[in-house]
Amino acid sequence: MSSPNAAYPDTPETRTRPKRHEWPLWEVFIRGQHGMSHRHVGSLHAPDEEMAIKNARDVYTRRNEGVSIWVVEARHIAASSPSEKGPLYEPSESKVYRHPTFFDIPDEVGAM
Amino acid sequence: MYAQMVKSEATQEDPERLAAFQARIDAGEKIEPKDWMPAGYRKTLIRQIGQHAHSEIVGQLPEGNWITRAPTLERKAILLAKVQDEAGHGLYLYCAAETLGVTRDEMTEMLLDGRMKYSSIFNYPTLTWADMGAVGWLVDGAAIMNQVPLQRTSFGPYSRAMIRVCKEESFHQRQGYDIMMKMCAGTPEQKAMAQNALNRFWYPSLMMFGPSDKDSVHSAQSMAWKIKMNTNDELRQKFVDQTVPQAEYLGLTVPDETLKWNDEKGGYDFAEPDWDEFFEVIQGNGPCNTERLAARNKAWDDGKWVRDGLLAHAEKKAARRVAAE
Ligand SMILES: [Fe+2]
Ligand SMILES: [Fe+2]
Ligand SMILES: [Fe+2]
Repeated sequence: MSSPNAAYPDTPETRTRPKRHEWPLWEVFIRGQHGMSHRHVGSLHAPDEEMAIKNARDVYTRRNEGVSIWVVEARHIAASSPSEKGPLYEPSESKVYRHPTFFDIPDEVGAM
Repeated sequence: MYAQMVKSEATQEDPERLAAFQARIDAGEKIEPKDWMPAGYRKTLIRQIGQHAHSEIVGQLPEGNWITRAPTLERKAILLAKVQDEAGHGLYLYCAAETLGVTRDEMTEMLLDGRMKYSSIFNYPTLTWADMGAVGWLVDGAAIMNQVPLQRTSFGPYSRAMIRVCKEESFHQRQGYDIMMKMCAGTPEQKAMAQNALNRFWYPSLMMFGPSDKDSVHSAQSMAWKIKMNTNDELRQKFVDQTVPQAEYLGLTVPDETLKWNDEKGGYDFAEPDWDEFFEVIQGNGPCNTERLAARNKAWDDGKWVRDGLLAHAEKKAARRVAAE
């Protein structure tokens, strides 16, 4: 939980604290309906992946919110860092031609 | 509220960074876990979200008290589902707090040894079945008042947890009011039980919003950070204005002789709860403080072998898998 690329913050407290022997943290992703992607809904603790899925069923789908559940241990998630927001996303800003509206197509051509 | 009198931490950081942070909040941007934030914002949020989570968890006890004695199988199933939702609310909130760099078990330990608090309301006993009605109607009703605006709070994970919670709360309040309607349409004894429950839960419910925070420095900081959205008095007034007509519909009397509609302010004038009692309860001297904390400690201690055993099993399984690769 303390690598700079992890999904969770790296604070002075988390860096200096001795490692605790706890059930690992799992991130939960749910497919809400058929045809949709899985979406991150939150996290929970469980000893292993089997229990993580069972717990996710109880915590996040009490009202039929899901048709499929993914869980992944939080420490396996790599995350981009907010301070790199500029260099990471700027390159796409100048590429306006990636959008169809960049091109003028005459009306006579019809739908395109 | 579920988080009462949360002290906000002073922050000593680079004024430029602080100003940029405040500008993001003022612009309605959400702060996400890995974004830079003042240490005080982080600490205050851990305290507030943690206290909110603990309230959901401890809040299961007064209602859990009646699950085995619900009058019908249907009422029992409904109450069970309601209490299970509260466990879920606690977990959504712990998960939000964990994104700030604290673990759920750490927060639990702080609850159990008294370093963290939970809402004063859950230190009152639930003496009759009518109390299940009063708790759903008044206590969840007061919680909703506070949680609805918190959906717009500045911290992303907290806001998303509140959105999930709010989706589930109106079931809670309605099932409570439904119990009250049934009791009030019953025998004179049943109606008297409903009145008695209202009498006992009215002032403790008003206390949920916390004392007037007109002059509180902490509130001002928390409001600027958008982790507190309204003053305690605003929310309390809203709650009274909403609840009085509901009591009238039931044919019950709010236990406040001074209660009176005030045309000028467009709301009711009402009596303040006894704040000395509130501070006693907060300090651990309410009717059920000892019992509630003892129950949580016992559950934690009794569950230790399960936590340890499942963890040992998972680690052994993982080691075997690695060896086989
Ligand atoms: Fe709740
Ligand atoms: Fe609640
Ligand atoms: Fe509730």
